[in-house]
Amino acid sequence: MLEESTESEWQSEVKTGTTIIAVEFNGGVVLGSDSRVSAGETVVNRVMNKLSLLHDKIYCALSGSAADAQTIAEMVNYQLDVHSIEIGEDPQVRSAATLVKNISYKYKEELSAHLIVAGWDRRGGGQVFVTLNGLLSRQPFAVGGSGSSYVYGFVDAEYQKGMSKEDCQQFVVNTISLAMSRDGSSGGVAYLVTIDEKGAEEKCILGNELPTFYDQ
Amino acid sequence: MERHYMDSKIKGVSTGVSNVNYVCSKTINKLIQVHDRIFCCIAGSLADAQAVTKTAKFQISLHSIQMESPPLVKAAASVMKELCYNNKEELQAGFITAGWDKKKGPQVYTVALGGMLLSLPFTIGGSGSTYIYGYTDAKYKPDMSREECLQFATNALALAMGRDNVSGGVAHLVVITEGGVEHVVIPGDKLPKFHDE
Repeated sequence: MLEESTESEWQSEVKTGTTIIAVEFNGGVVLGSDSRVSAGETVVNRVMNKLSLLHDKIYCALSGSAADAQTIAEMVNYQLDVHSIEIGEDPQVRSAATLVKNISYKYKEELSAHLIVAGWDRRGGGQVFVTLNGLLSRQPFAVGGSGSSYVYGFVDAEYQKGMSKEDCQQFVVNTISLAMSRDGSSGGVAYLVTIDEKGAEEKCILGNELPTFYDQ
Repeated sequence: MERHYMDSKIKGVSTGVSNVNYVCSKTINKLIQVHDRIFCCIAGSLADAQAVTKTAKFQISLHSIQMESPPLVKAAASVMKELCYNNKEELQAGFITAGWDKKKGPQVYTVALGGMLLSLPFTIGGSGSTYIYGYTDAKYKPDMSREECLQFATNALALAMGRDNVSGGVAHLVVITEGGVEHVVIPGDKLPKFHDE
C-alpha cells in the first residue's frame, strides 16, 4: 500500500491545480491566487505563491503544470528586463503579455500552463491579459485554473466596472475563497497582489481569515 | 402568509438538450411531475432519466394508493434512489427531487449518479452546475421569501446558461407550496443579464 502510493506520486506530474484571478479596478489591478500544489492526490506544497513578478508593476498568475508555468515566468522576467533597458523606461503590460503569448504559442504542444498577465503602466493604466494556449486578449477580469469553473457564475454576477481598490480586493478574496471550498485542487492560503501607479503591494490571507459563506 | 412563502421550494431548470455537439431541442421541460406536490429535475442522459422517472411515477402512484395518503417527498426520492443504485452500471442520470408533504413541509433531495441520496436545503446539478457552485454558495441564505427564492434560482440559471454551451433555451421554474404548484417559464431573452451582455 505504501509502495503503491509513493510510486504514483513520483509518476504524476506536479500541477498547480489552482484558482487564479486578475481584475481591473479604477487605477490598477488586483491579482489573486490560492496556494496548493498537487502531484496526483498529494499536496506537495500548501503555501506556494503563484503570483510571479515579471517586472516592478507587472505580475503574472501561474496555473497548469508547475514547472512549465514557472519556467515561462522566469524566461519572460529576463526578456522584460532586457526590453526595459533597451527602451529606457518601464515596459507596457501588453509587451509582457505578448512575450508570454509568444512562448505559449510557439511551444503549445509541449507546454501545458496558462498564465494570466496583469499590471499597471502609464499608457493604459491597469490591464489584465489572458494568454491561454497562445491567444492574447485583454479583458476587464480573468479567472483561470481548475477552480475557476466553479466561480464563473459568481464573477459574472458580481463584477462591476470601475470598482474601488478595496471593493476589488474583497471581490478577489471572495472568489478565491468560494473556489477553494469547492475545488479539491485549490486550497491553503490566498495571496493577493495589488498593483497601481505607486507600485505593487503583496498580501497573504491565512485560511482562518478568509470569508466564509452560509455552510461554513 | 410570510411563513407560507418562506417554506416554498422552487426548482428551476434550463431546457437545452444536445447530442454530442448537436442541439436536438431547445425547449424540453426537464421538470417532471411525479405526484401532485412532488417534482423531479432530470440531468444527464435524458433517455435514461425519462425511463427512470416514468417507472418512478408509476411506483409512487401505487405506493400512495396503498398508503391512502399523498406520498412523502422522501419516499419519492427513495424510489428514484433504488432505481439508480440497482441499475448503476447502465444508467447515466442524476435527479433532484423536491416537493411538499404534510409531515416535513418543503424538502429537497438529490440523487447522484451512483445512487447516493442526500437531503439538502438547496442543490444544483447537471453540466452547467459547475459554473454556479461559487455563486450559489455565496448567495444562498436560509429562510428566503418566495420572491427572493425565485430571483435566486433565475439568476443562477441565467449565469449557468451563459457559460455552459450545452445549457440554454428557456428557463422553467416550478413553485411548490402547500396550496399547489405554479409554473413559471422565462424565455431566454427575458432572463436577467449580467455585466458582459
